[in-house]
Amino acid sequence: MKIILIGGGKTTYFLAKQFAAHGHKLTLINRSPEESQALAHRLNATILLGEGSDPEILEQAGARCADVLLAMTSHDHDNLVACQVAAEKFDMPRTIALVNDPDNEEIFRKLRVSIVFSATRIIASLLEQQTGFIAITQLMALSQGKINVTEIRLPANSPVAGKNLQQIELPQGFLIASIIRQGEVLVPRGPTFLKAGDQLIVIGEAENYQDVLRVLTGD
Amino acid sequence: MYIVIVGCSRLGVLLANRLSHQGHSIVVIDRRESAFNELSPEFSGFKLTGDATELSVLKQAKIDKADCVLSTCHEDTLNLMVTQVSKYIFKVPKVIARVHKPSYESIFSRFEIEIISPTQLALKAFLEALDLKEKAGDTAR
Repeated sequence: MKIILIGGGKTTYFLAKQFAAHGHKLTLINRSPEESQALAHRLNATILLGEGSDPEILEQAGARCADVLLAMTSHDHDNLVACQVAAEKFDMPRTIALVNDPDNEEIFRKLRVSIVFSATRIIASLLEQQTGFIAITQLMALSQGKINVTEIRLPANSPVAGKNLQQIELPQGFLIASIIRQGEVLVPRGPTFLKAGDQLIVIGEAENYQDVLRVLTGD
Repeated sequence: MYIVIVGCSRLGVLLANRLSHQGHSIVVIDRRESAFNELSPEFSGFKLTGDATELSVLKQAKIDKADCVLSTCHEDTLNLMVTQVSKYIFKVPKVIARVHKPSYESIFSRFEIEIISPTQLALKAFLEALDLKEKAGDTAR
């Protein structure tokens, strides 16, 4: 795969190293003369000095025949424009942007960046999951966000703990797809009992999630 | 009109002073608080210190109520992002961006963002000035 990577700092360096080790053909665009030079010595990749959002630099980087562009600078506007230039001007099939402000995640998607991720949001949600502050975690959105696949953790005071699935009335359109108990996956059947601490993989309509949360967690 | 001006550099200051003088409601956004020192004492609008690529800053400027957003920063990519967010997310009816680098112009037009390019304006002015001189020379001969 031919990858164009835009950015600097340790994350970019280690990512570039990994891509190169996996045999991908890599071009890295960096705006600092000193860092570009240092990277050129240490990486098995083509290093270009310049602004990754600049159409001329992208052309030089071989944007016309690249498979994917990854923009991970610390400036959201540079990342957005780099992805847009790649997609609109060079017909890049896939663009990936890092957003620094988590609020920009949705905006970038609306402005046609293929994949958007927020390191802030990922780390915050990992932390919250580990500390058990939130009962529900979004795993996947299907059908343009109408259907959500989520993981719901049953709290100690869950109204359904100790009940079996036949005794629980889930709202219309919801399904418990599997139960994860102490790291083991159980296939839910009518007589299966639920316990506090179980993680349920739930599939259902995004807009009615409040109802299913109330039934399962009491909130 | 309710006008949001992003970037309080020389151009931003001139625009803010002029439009405020004409009686429009103005909000100026800049990252540096010191930038606002250049505004005239008669400027009656609001000054907002913050990064316009942060959604919360734009919301604070009540951008959804704006009739017009003018993005005048030195960075083309910032102007491009702010005007796109204003136009496509907040549905601001009129957005104009300043673009310095000619190579970005086609991307702005791809996203249907109205632009003003100091480089193109200067080029035009230079060429016109040359024409004028040649004509003056012609008549002198």
